[in-house]
Amino acid sequence: MSAGIDLENVCCDFGTFRAVDNANVSIRPGEFFSFLGPSGCGKTTILRMVSGFIEPTQGVIRIGGEDVRGKRPNQRPTALIFQNLALFPLMPIWENISFGLEVRGVDKATRRKKAEDLLQLVDLPGAADKMVSQLSGGQKQRVAIARALAVEPQVMLLDEPLSALDLKLRQHMRAELRAIQQRTGVTFIYITHDQGEALAMSDRVGVMSQGSIQQIADPREIYNNPVNGFVASFVGENNVFQGEVQHAAAGMASFTTPHGQFRARLGDLSGKIGKLYVRPEHTIITATPAAENSVPVTVSDISFEGSFIAVHATSDTGAHLTSELRNDGSATVPEKGVRVHMSFDPARAAILPDANVRG
Amino acid sequence: MQDLIRRYGPGLTLLMGLLVAFWLVMLVIVPNITLFEQSFRPYLPVVEVGGPKDTYSLNNYLKVFDGNVDRSFLGFEFSIPVHVLTFWLTIFYSMVVTFLCFLLAYPLAYYMAKIVNPRSLPTLILMLFIPLWVSEVLRAFAWWIILAFKGPLNALLLGLGLIEDPIRWTNMGYTGVVIGLIYTYVLFMLFPIYNAIQSLDTNQIEAAEDLGAPWWKIHWRIVLPHSKPGIASGSVMVFMLSAGSLLVPSILGSTTSQWFTQTIDQWFKDALDWNTASAYAFLLLLLCTVFVTIAMRLFRVKLSDIAK
Repeated sequence: MSAGIDLENVCCDFGTFRAVDNANVSIRPGEFFSFLGPSGCGKTTILRMVSGFIEPTQGVIRIGGEDVRGKRPNQRPTALIFQNLALFPLMPIWENISFGLEVRGVDKATRRKKAEDLLQLVDLPGAADKMVSQLSGGQKQRVAIARALAVEPQVMLLDEPLSALDLKLRQHMRAELRAIQQRTGVTFIYITHDQGEALAMSDRVGVMSQGSIQQIADPREIYNNPVNGFVASFVGENNVFQGEVQHAAAGMASFTTPHGQFRARLGDLSGKIGKLYVRPEHTIITATPAAENSVPVTVSDISFEGSFIAVHATSDTGAHLTSELRNDGSATVPEKGVRVHMSFDPARAAILPDANVRG
Repeated sequence: MQDLIRRYGPGLTLLMGLLVAFWLVMLVIVPNITLFEQSFRPYLPVVEVGGPKDTYSLNNYLKVFDGNVDRSFLGFEFSIPVHVLTFWLTIFYSMVVTFLCFLLAYPLAYYMAKIVNPRSLPTLILMLFIPLWVSEVLRAFAWWIILAFKGPLNALLLGLGLIEDPIRWTNMGYTGVVIGLIYTYVLFMLFPIYNAIQSLDTNQIEAAEDLGAPWWKIHWRIVLPHSKPGIASGSVMVFMLSAGSLLVPSILGSTTSQWFTQTIDQWFKDALDWNTASAYAFLLLLLCTVFVTIAMRLFRVKLSDIAK
């Protein structure tokens, strides 16, 4: 029913440009796996290599353990959902959905039955005889999913399918996609530049930058323990301090910055220069200095974001720092222009190298 | 109109209006009405024009039913008026030309729209257009030379050992005419289809392939239906131009190929009977229009699709 996918040392070159550099990832059967990265990071290229529209320049791709090099997209057990969905506008919905079955020589009555079953599955009953142009964005989305599911693929590949939808619908479709994935048990590979989507839906996330996979881990690990500065700052917000590592011991280290001496977890620097990263929601604002990791700041702006309140502040050296307070009445929101102290728990801060890119 | 006056001023608008009116009246309406009126009057000596014999009738139109010839087709023996036979043969071979033009143009249009590197596309289009800059007469004569008994085509086929004796291409019924018409009008099929295929989202082709469709299925279910308006407008164009062509049948025709336009031409220039010639010309126009309309109904193409 569902198959695992292995990428072994996969590279893809377009002329002299290396779009994907030495990708190694093993996706488990039935997993919801996301590739997350900014546009141009090579995530779509990976998807197109798995679906068969591009052949890797080097390396091996295995689907369900089988080497698929040289196989055309119509010979692979994958179904791709395109960014613009690519529904067939000249066919009614049910023919769209059953196109894959028509190709396989299934008779018309069975095709019709299957299309209606799938419309039920994606919560769109009664749309079988409509035309594509009569559907809304979210409905088209469901039809595209049903069309891909119709061929009973072992792997579903989704290329930013929610990017054209408005915010509310996007959040709704996230839950829907996740539910469909769990109902069908098919392996999903999901491409997105939206960290919220990747974190909310995936079993595991692969964060990419400039053709290289930076980190593969489950969403919590990605967010809480990013391996480098790129992952830390692409997924979520950060306060970044530049400085020098001293007295490293037992995974912790002292970090000397213009703001003073900090203590934080020490990531794997491998000889590179590290910076200190602290999430805004992991900082605490107090009127008096904390025992350690404390920076005196002046509040420059308060922005109300709904579920949290962002406090923007400037340190004495002119650095911009942000703190986020939960909007549950537990924290006192400082006034603009007031002098306060921003501090953080050493276990919640990490010293990380910059992005792991070639060069 | 208000908009035009505001944008260009009354003087320029009047000039444009007059030019369009001149075009319509002097180049389209007046000549056609003159011929149309002529077609209902008998062919008379000059002195009797306007006399008691000069009355309107359908006699000129009914002349197509004169002069039966005997023919046999698929074992059927039948007798048919010679001009009706010519008309049907013209329609039939125009359809053959249209169909062959489609067979040639569709793969090339698909190649140009979806496969070729966009950087070499201008060169390709230029190469297709250059022959069009040469006069149609010269191009027909070029094919006359190519198809000649001792011409290059026979020399090539003999050289390759594909045939043992040279072939009289221009003496095999409508062969020469069909070849000449295809060469002359194939681009009128190519560009509408190219435009249609180009507007097809490549993702749809990829989606079909991803769903497991073999190449012919992708064309049959996705590309062909999408390019139907282009194919229709190309077909109407090639069919009408072929049925109305006089030059190619005159140059590349054989002793056994008669095109309906040649019949009209003979009424005009050999019989000097402009009245019957006009009647025949209107018959051709009318019946071809009817024929195209029926064909469009059959293939479920609307006129507005073609206009795109």
